[in-house]
Amino acid sequence: MAATQEEILEGLAEIVNEIAGIPTEDVLLDKSFTDDLDVDSLSMVEVVVAAEERFDVKIPDDDVKNLKTVGDAVDYILKHQG
Amino acid sequence: MNSTNRTVVVTGVGATTPLGGDAPSTWEALLAGRSGVSLLDEEWAAELPVRIAAKIAVEPGTIIPRPQARKLDRSAQFALIAAREAWADAGFTAKAGEDASIDPDRLGAVVASGIGGVTTLLEQYDVMREKGVRKVSPHTVPMLMPNSPAANVSIALNARAGAHTPVSACASGAEAIGYAIEMIRTGRADVVVAGGTEASIHPLPIAAFGNMMAMSKNNDDPQGASRPFDVDRNGFVMGEGSGAIVLESAEHAAARGARVYAQAIGQGISADAHHITQPEPSGNGIGSALQNLVEHTGLNGAEIAHVNAHATSTPQGDLAELKALRKVFGDDVDHMAISATKSMTGHLLGGAGGVETVASVLALYHRMAPPTINLDTLDPEADADVVTGEARALPGEGPIVALNDSFGFGGHNVVLAFRTV
Repeated sequence: MAATQEEILEGLAEIVNEIAGIPTEDVLLDKSFTDDLDVDSLSMVEVVVAAEERFDVKIPDDDVKNLKTVGDAVDYILKHQG
Repeated sequence: MNSTNRTVVVTGVGATTPLGGDAPSTWEALLAGRSGVSLLDEEWAAELPVRIAAKIAVEPGTIIPRPQARKLDRSAQFALIAAREAWADAGFTAKAGEDASIDPDRLGAVVASGIGGVTTLLEQYDVMREKGVRKVSPHTVPMLMPNSPAANVSIALNARAGAHTPVSACASGAEAIGYAIEMIRTGRADVVVAGGTEASIHPLPIAAFGNMMAMSKNNDDPQGASRPFDVDRNGFVMGEGSGAIVLESAEHAAARGARVYAQAIGQGISADAHHITQPEPSGNGIGSALQNLVEHTGLNGAEIAHVNAHATSTPQGDLAELKALRKVFGDDVDHMAISATKSMTGHLLGGAGGVETVASVLALYHRMAPPTINLDTLDPEADADVVTGEARALPGEGPIVALNDSFGFGGHNVVLAFRTV
């Protein structure tokens, strides 16, 4: 069953917490991975791989650069999840 | 001021070793003659011919926050801990620039490792085989590259005068410190954080060193296995950890009122050009490094009161070092208190030169030479005064010099010299 927006946000928050140590409650839709959440380009690859596994979605490298905010990622996953 | 021949001093020390999580606890354990070696009781060690090692006393994960730690190889974690301790010990209160007493463009970082991020490489290979290519960490390359510890120390302290990583197997840590001395002596930097680090307690390196017949297989007596200069020595015991010092131009140290542990007089370097792993047995190769030191520093054998020997507890290597000292310094060797601290720390490979420089500098500062433990019967061919039993007081009056010897597979010989101030 496909995940809801809320479930995706919650899952991404847990992933970002694991990778960057940011408290889950600070991972909000309008936050920038790079500027607000201490996720640099290498760590973003880790976020993407973890999200792919968790939400059964493929996020090609070319699309990763468009995922600036948590909201961008949530929308992408909502649209592409299997 | 002659900018090409400046006086260099040591103003900070740091370490994380099998004996303690910092330099003071390590030094205390060295003086007390404690061994950091233990049995490897992990499942992965069950089939290894060597099941002993000197593991770090304080796990770096208890100090470095997990989000940062997971992007650093264990060797870089050790280096960062030792470098930060040395930095604070030198009296700096923040990274360069934020602490206005040091200009980032005049601060260098020289941190070496013998092997680099080998456990990262091997673990990620396991990940790739078990979970697939996509799961290989994007941090793998910056974690395994041998310059990673130097780069991370440079970033942490805002060191912009240069970050360097000389690699010469088990001489790497000493070569890093020698390089740093030159950076300051020749005017490239005013302050350099320098040292060595290693983290290779993993089945593959242990199997590989074990198959070279370089390691002690005294699994029944872990704490007695590392026994430099003893007639029953049969190879080294692998250790892990890091040691770092802050080197500084004497003028810079004086201008900010820094405490000075010792003067860094200089280094002597040679290469055996003999065999890829065996030391040149007559001591001529090591002797050339000692001769090189004398020629470049004007050092006199009579000044040398203490030698922190390389002495890894191998049958050939320990004797070659003593032969070289005798060849170059003659009867002066008789008044040198020789300590083999690897009897307690194990052999930290690329980290050894860093930790043993910390020990050498503290030996001068406190005028105490650590003991060599497990030395029950001195090898009859060991023609020198090896400190055994208890720590020994060094001459309390007048300037004295300590040497720190480090030699590496490949025939790399590096000798560092320090003097009391």
